[in-house]
Amino acid sequence: MYQSTITITLRPSILDVQGKAVEHGIHTLGMTTVQNVRIGKSIQLLVDAKTEEEAKRVTEEACKKLLANPVMEDYSYTIHKV
Amino acid sequence: MSEKIKFGVVVFPGSNCDHDAYHAAKHALYQDAEFLWHKEPDLKNSDVIILPGGFSYGDYLRTGAIARFSPIMNEVIRFANNGGIVVGFCNGFQILCESGLLPGVLLRNSSLQFSCKHVHLRVEHNQSKFTSQSKAGDVLRIPIAHGEGNYFAEADTLKVLEDNSQVVFRYCDETGKITDAANPNGSLNNIAGIVNKEGNVMGMMPHPERACEAELGSVDGKKVFESIINNFVLQIV
Repeated sequence: MYQSTITITLRPSILDVQGKAVEHGIHTLGMTTVQNVRIGKSIQLLVDAKTEEEAKRVTEEACKKLLANPVMEDYSYTIHKV
Repeated sequence: MSEKIKFGVVVFPGSNCDHDAYHAAKHALYQDAEFLWHKEPDLKNSDVIILPGGFSYGDYLRTGAIARFSPIMNEVIRFANNGGIVVGFCNGFQILCESGLLPGVLLRNSSLQFSCKHVHLRVEHNQSKFTSQSKAGDVLRIPIAHGEGNYFAEADTLKVLEDNSQVVFRYCDETGKITDAANPNGSLNNIAGIVNKEGNVMGMMPHPERACEAELGSVDGKKVFESIINNFVLQIV
């Protein structure tokens, strides 16, 4: 078994209005050194695979076909054996 | 063919404008209509497919992302690729973008707020299957109700859309002027509705199906339905 932890973020070219609103909130709390807040998603998967290579392939396919929309999102992931 | 056009209205779990679309087609436009359950890959000989508004699969992951893989969608995509007329209103538009039948994506409204009100739309041209019963420059008053209607596409995609006149509706003020103030969600170029390159698939965020009877405050949505119906009338002639 392999655990994939996938991070999905809006592409840099896309204005993250949610991130902007949260950044504003952080500034209101006095943390004015904070900037460039971006909000994304974290998705965890357990993959029943024999090798890390195979788990990677399945994770990649899930990201490409469903979990991320390449028009607006980037994805990255880490995989470890469990 | 029968004298009435048959509208197939796809029902996903979480669709909530399916009955509005059915009602508009059947009782405001006097056509045939049938619900199509998303798990049954059968379009039941529909002439036109409507992907209705709502919150399919609770908008989980991304709007329309999971509905796009419902069993019926393979049939809808095949139907569209064979030239069949497919329209998506609101969540239906989002599903069409996710399925790749239309380019681009609908992002969170720039205001971060769900927006529910009547807006004005400028008909960009009447050379499409969905605007033939309007004139270029006509202003339609049709409601919106969405939190993710902010149309976005990469610059090259947007240029292709504009160059091919694939933008059919833009948010405007009541005089037809395209302004930032009239843009309810931050959409690029005030885009409210687009067609695919072939011209048989159309998606729009506003709800024409909710503007087909005077009692609802506007009958301008009928223009969209009448344009669709007119394609078939022309075929018979």
